[in-house]
Amino acid sequence: MKRPEPVQVVKQRRDAALRALVDGVPYIQYLGVTFDRRGDELTGVLPFDEKLIGNPLLPALHGGVTAAFMEMTAVITLSWSYLWEDIESGSLDFDPGGGTRMPRLPKTVDFSVDYLRSGLPRDAYARARINRSGRRYASVHVEGWQDNRDRLFAQATGHFVMPQRR
Amino acid sequence: MTDPDKLKLARQFIEAIPHSRDLGMELTEMDDGVAVITMPYDEKLIGDPETGVISGGAVSALMDTCCGAAVMSHPKNLAGTATLDLRIDYMRAATPGQQITTRATCYHVTRSVAFVRATAYDEDAQNPVATATGAFTVEGSA
Repeated sequence: MKRPEPVQVVKQRRDAALRALVDGVPYIQYLGVTFDRRGDELTGVLPFDEKLIGNPLLPALHGGVTAAFMEMTAVITLSWSYLWEDIESGSLDFDPGGGTRMPRLPKTVDFSVDYLRSGLPRDAYARARINRSGRRYASVHVEGWQDNRDRLFAQATGHFVMPQRR
Repeated sequence: MTDPDKLKLARQFIEAIPHSRDLGMELTEMDDGVAVITMPYDEKLIGDPETGVISGGAVSALMDTCCGAAVMSHPKNLAGTATLDLRIDYMRAATPGQQITTRATCYHVTRSVAFVRATAYDEDAQNPVATATGAFTVEGSA
């Protein structure tokens, strides 16, 4: 029987893949969004910043920032799940130096956000669940929260066109 | 055309929103439930590094600001507003390098809710980049 790979090797490969995926998108960098990874589960993290405010009187996060954060979480989670097997098998080798030619990201067809509470001037988190993922289309649901996991401040559903394998 | 006092007020409104200011949004029209806002192309907004097309998220931020401005300019709304829901349909990729213009209209306003539609274009005004529909809170009415 083949010995399992050392855990550090596996982690390194997964983290390099995630970094390559996320660092390649300027808008994710602009918002300051990062992703926490536990196995294949991703959690989007949006650290609070003054430039993200939409209502200075409350103050509250901009609704557009919330929408963008949820959408980015959906896109990265979808792309991550689509690439997962290639990352695990090593057939998609990510160069930590950034030289890898990245696979195309899924394209958003539509995205619908429900605003359940105003976004507080604090860090926000989001997790996406892929409800259906076919060869061409995918449907994704996203939950966003801040201090309490059970008190969502926003939820969203979106449809995406998957990239064609090259 | 919008009267100059109202337009000045509208500009101050948008300049008071840190995120909208950060994205370089400019309000060109805001009156009676209609608002028009532009956003310049910027490399920091790119969502697809291979083509330079801006992220859908950046278009969402513009749509949300514009719909909110339309609600705030409606005579039935006396105070601020908050988004209840917003749905965006992405028709096509915005052409890299081009400014995005959004026009939002309140098409129905009740005592508590404003229903808003918006369309976003790049320099090709015949072909929308995205459309949005949303519900917003109406505040301050007795």
